[in-house]
Amino acid sequence: MCGIAGLIHRGKSSNVGSELQGMLQALKHRGEDSTGYALYGDTDGKNFIMRFKVGENVGEGSSSVMEDVSVYDERKKIVDETLTEMGAKIVKEERTLPYSLRYEIDYNVKDLLEFSQRIESIPGVEILSMGKSLEVIKDLGNAKMVCDRYSLDKVVGTHAIGHARMATESGVDIKSAHPFWGYPFSDVSVVHNGQLTNYWNNRRVLENKGMRFMSECDSELIAVYLAEKMRDGATLEEGMKASLTGLDGVFTYFVATKDSLGMAKDTMAAKPLVLYESDDLVAMGSEEIAIRSVLPQEIDTYDPFDGEVKVWQI
Amino acid sequence: MANLKTVTKKSKAQSMGMHTEVLTGRTQQKFFNPDEAENFYYFGTYDVDFNKRTDLDVKDMTAPEANKEIDNLMSQGYGTIVIKNPQGKHSLGVGILNKLNLIFEGSLGYFGMGSCDGPIVRINGRVGWSCAENLMAGKVVIEKNAGSCFGAAIRGGDLICKGSVGARTGIDMKGGTIIIGGDAGAFTGFMMQRGRIIILGDVGINLGDSMYDGTIFVGGEIGSYGSDAVDAELTSSDQDWLKRKLKVAEIGENFDVSKMKKIVAGKKLWNYDNLEPTEKKGAI
Repeated sequence: MCGIAGLIHRGKSSNVGSELQGMLQALKHRGEDSTGYALYGDTDGKNFIMRFKVGENVGEGSSSVMEDVSVYDERKKIVDETLTEMGAKIVKEERTLPYSLRYEIDYNVKDLLEFSQRIESIPGVEILSMGKSLEVIKDLGNAKMVCDRYSLDKVVGTHAIGHARMATESGVDIKSAHPFWGYPFSDVSVVHNGQLTNYWNNRRVLENKGMRFMSECDSELIAVYLAEKMRDGATLEEGMKASLTGLDGVFTYFVATKDSLGMAKDTMAAKPLVLYESDDLVAMGSEEIAIRSVLPQEIDTYDPFDGEVKVWQI
Repeated sequence: MANLKTVTKKSKAQSMGMHTEVLTGRTQQKFFNPDEAENFYYFGTYDVDFNKRTDLDVKDMTAPEANKEIDNLMSQGYGTIVIKNPQGKHSLGVGILNKLNLIFEGSLGYFGMGSCDGPIVRINGRVGWSCAENLMAGKVVIEKNAGSCFGAAIRGGDLICKGSVGARTGIDMKGGTIIIGGDAGAFTGFMMQRGRIIILGDVGINLGDSMYDGTIFVGGEIGSYGSDAVDAELTSSDQDWLKRKLKVAEIGENFDVSKMKKIVAGKKLWNYDNLEPTEKKGAI
């Protein structure tokens, strides 16, 4: 089933970590195999923030295997060496869990694709997000468990999207969890509720065009699809509109960039979405109770129609 | 399955556009003979006094707890119940088989007022997916917007949304009336079998797709017609009925019903299984 939620504050910052946790926890009955956050925090914009994993948290149906912490240590060491070789300086390093790391990097990125390919050429290493404000955090369990594990409740920022997953198309692990980074574009993330039926056809086409897939989760296709459109010069909104016919199946998805938040709904309107919109806040989720967690007072909400695409700026 | 056939002499219900076919064989009337009404006991109903009124704050209740408390209040004779702080909870007010004035001071989540028979309900807020699913009788009025599958499979009663509704409104409906003050999404009237839908605003793609019978009235633009949905002539009796219905519904009283479009089933899909392959192609 899965549940998605997102919000954007316009003209101010707020405690988006805590707010998104409340929204996703309200949707936990839609799936708590894994939960993911894409948080756009307040930063000085100088350094890149790279969230990456050097191993998996393995749940039911996953093709991955649990490994010894010493393996993670070895991979981290290779990542550090590779960064040094590329001239990147690690300004700050956090290792929340043995397999999950957060680096602030001082690096004049010439080509993010080349950078990412170098890092991900290290076996078992996956970049979850790369950007000046975006941080993707995802792990097994419900929203509160993941929030507590990664101390996300104090993250201040302008906007965020998140996902409560009930695994159907692929196993329970981090690589299949949402949000997906819009590789190789910095600060682009996607969450999706639904099922894409032309996943393999699209994947083959996109891989032939040099795009990268890290999982077998159909939702990853949306991030890659949009990234390919943007690589070819389309705006985010143009890419999203193209996806209404380019992607087949049922879907409601959110996409966020460093300064915007968008939603798209398939032409069958088969997946739910409730939307609240005011001058200073947009909040949306698979169910109204998600919005109620941040706006308990009586508010006006509505369901976007079939084939609708909307984008808001901070 | 009932034997279906059309007749030239129309019953009152047929004249009103509720349906066009005649059901023969076993019918519900056999089980609900008015002569035996005094022996009839409707499980789960109570004698209530509409002047006996109370408030119920459900802020800290789960949906089952709130619904049980509504039932408890009806058993005490309360005929008017005001629900405070519904806060978008799912499945509130389901399974009420009683005459009752029920007022929600706020919005409901999914499946609100499902499987009800008889209550008069006003929701001073919004409703989520599948509001009033399987409604048998009564009246449900929503002051704001509604989600998808609004009035799915209703058998009777009036279901009114003053705002806009999502996709698949009136899907599989088998009777009753749905009135929408704003716009409606895709697949409105999908597979409807009886009853009427009135939309004062615009409606999305595939209107009345695979509708078996019944009537849809649209005041605004139509995105596209679904399979077997066709235009029909808007008669003077249609217009009279629309005016009365909108007045009773307290919605669009000054709306010019003479410009509304009337959509019915083309009936090419009737007895689809018995069609020749070439005929099936033409029907879709």
